[in-house]
Amino acid sequence: MAISDKQKKLIICLGAALLLALAWLLPGAGLLNPYLVQILMYAGINMILTLSLNLVNGYMGEFSVGHAGFMGIGAYAASILTVWVLPRSWALWTFPAVLVAGGLAAAVAGLVVAFPSFRTRGDYLAIVTLAFNMIVKSVLENLEILGGPRGFLGMPRLTNLFWVVAWVLITVLVLRRLVYSNFGRGITAIREDEVAANLTGVDTRRLKLYAFLISAFFAGVAGGLFAHLLQFINPRSFSILKSTDMLVMVYLGGVSSLTGSLLGAAIFTLLMEILRPLGLWRWVVGPLLLVLLMIFRPQGIMGFREWKWLGQGPGVRGQDAMP
Amino acid sequence: MLQILGQNVLNALQLGSVYALIALGYTMVYGILTLINFAHGDIFMVGAYLSLAAAAFLLGLPLGLPLVVVFVGAMVFSMLLTALLGVTIERLAYRPLRQAPRVSAVITALGVGLFLENFTLGLLGPEPRHFPSLITMGVWEVAGLTITPLQVLIILGAAVLMVLLDLLVGHTLLGMAMRAISYNRPIVPLMGVSVDRVISLTFAIGSAIAAAGGLLYGLAYPVLDPYMGIRIGWWAFIAAVVGGIGNIRGAMLGGFILGAVEIFTPMVLPSSTYRDFVAFSLLLLLLVFKPTGLLGRPVFERV
Repeated sequence: MAISDKQKKLIICLGAALLLALAWLLPGAGLLNPYLVQILMYAGINMILTLSLNLVNGYMGEFSVGHAGFMGIGAYAASILTVWVLPRSWALWTFPAVLVAGGLAAAVAGLVVAFPSFRTRGDYLAIVTLAFNMIVKSVLENLEILGGPRGFLGMPRLTNLFWVVAWVLITVLVLRRLVYSNFGRGITAIREDEVAANLTGVDTRRLKLYAFLISAFFAGVAGGLFAHLLQFINPRSFSILKSTDMLVMVYLGGVSSLTGSLLGAAIFTLLMEILRPLGLWRWVVGPLLLVLLMIFRPQGIMGFREWKWLGQGPGVRGQDAMP
Repeated sequence: MLQILGQNVLNALQLGSVYALIALGYTMVYGILTLINFAHGDIFMVGAYLSLAAAAFLLGLPLGLPLVVVFVGAMVFSMLLTALLGVTIERLAYRPLRQAPRVSAVITALGVGLFLENFTLGLLGPEPRHFPSLITMGVWEVAGLTITPLQVLIILGAAVLMVLLDLLVGHTLLGMAMRAISYNRPIVPLMGVSVDRVISLTFAIGSAIAAAGGLLYGLAYPVLDPYMGIRIGWWAFIAAVVGGIGNIRGAMLGGFILGAVEIFTPMVLPSSTYRDFVAFSLLLLLLVFKPTGLLGRPVFERV
């Protein structure tokens, strides 16, 4: 049976609403084990991070190794707003705005990476993003007012499954629309050949700028969610190790694939939970997985492919020239 | 004041020598493979641990070996084994990716580095280990400056290694093959040179020099922990980029600049914790305004 585009849209809306309702009701009614809820929330936050990184590393083909920096800025900005700026009694209602503000702060920081990306490419840009991550961590460690290396605390636990699911849905929907728009075609063209893209009229600078800003925004939102889940953040949480985790999730799930990002984040989060009894050895698994993936399946599980429902929507039916 | 300055210049030279030794490994691999070997800092860490193991073993023998023998023994042992490690990493992790996009190899390098760190952590536990002191002579007073034999050993030892490497690259057949590969790789096999062997040897030499750096570092700053390679490795990497990555003399220059940055930061800024900030800001600015570094030649992309 063929489903028309209109029906498809309706089904997607209903599915999203159902998911949100479940995320609201199930933990509220005590039907889900709190430990399971916790893992689901971490998986959701990881999904947002992975999706945001995939926009830059997958679709645009640039190479950011410093996404934990954006996440950290979002986390600190959101936490400062909740703890110092906004009155505590409003916290429950201002939370979405706080997250958006954290995302915006991260996006502003994204400029630091976006401007060098006009001039440098490839591994040099990777070094720029890496330096950015290190600088963010170093600044946070030196700001005594934010607790320095000891960290920042005092946030109420505002993150719940509902908000995580809501933001995962928002991220997926926004990125899906972007990826299959002119913008998405443009950044894919940048990935395939930047010079050729420029010659065919793609405003590569503007698209790179937007891609970095959008990507940083969602990473910042994820940081805000993370901060209000853990209720405690310190600069070490946003080190290069975190960035590497995100890389593992992107390349495990698959580059240039929204489905892949969701899958990669879910699998990686679950794997890390299952391997918890291994103790210190657990941290050997992620890097080893990354190396093996790069050698044997560099495109990841779902690289350049999409689950039907997340695939190309109405209107855009171009042929992708995928490598 | 002048004395403090002189003393700090000496400290900067000492630290810079270690950075320069590690930066050489980054720059050699980049020059030949255009791969940023992010695992190199951790190869240095493994080298330091291997030196520690060898030194502790030799000191523990009931022979009463002279310290010079222990020093040389530890150096030879760790340089050989670390060279083997470097070659193995290249063979298992980087060679299958020779034809893959460069980004894949860079990610693999990051993964290998984290693997080495966490493997060492899992094996030895998180407690820092103390490096035995192998140099036990007193200090010399020269023109108001306090000079330790250790400082002289580190600076001279690093200088000797750097001169040897410079001669190797500039005046031997192997060095010529290395330069040929970095200049035009597809042509080299046609000249009857085995690219794979030259690349393996490059990794072996770079790793062995990093191991020597690990031993010297261990003598000067005698606390080792599995994550030490991260910070030192990054700093050496910045040194390589500052000097112009792919350029061997640039790496030496960059090493000394970074050593100076680390020593002089606390004199200008309120705390030594700002040093990472200073170093990485330097890197960021340099990449934006002069991506080829101080001594690097500009690369033009052919379309």
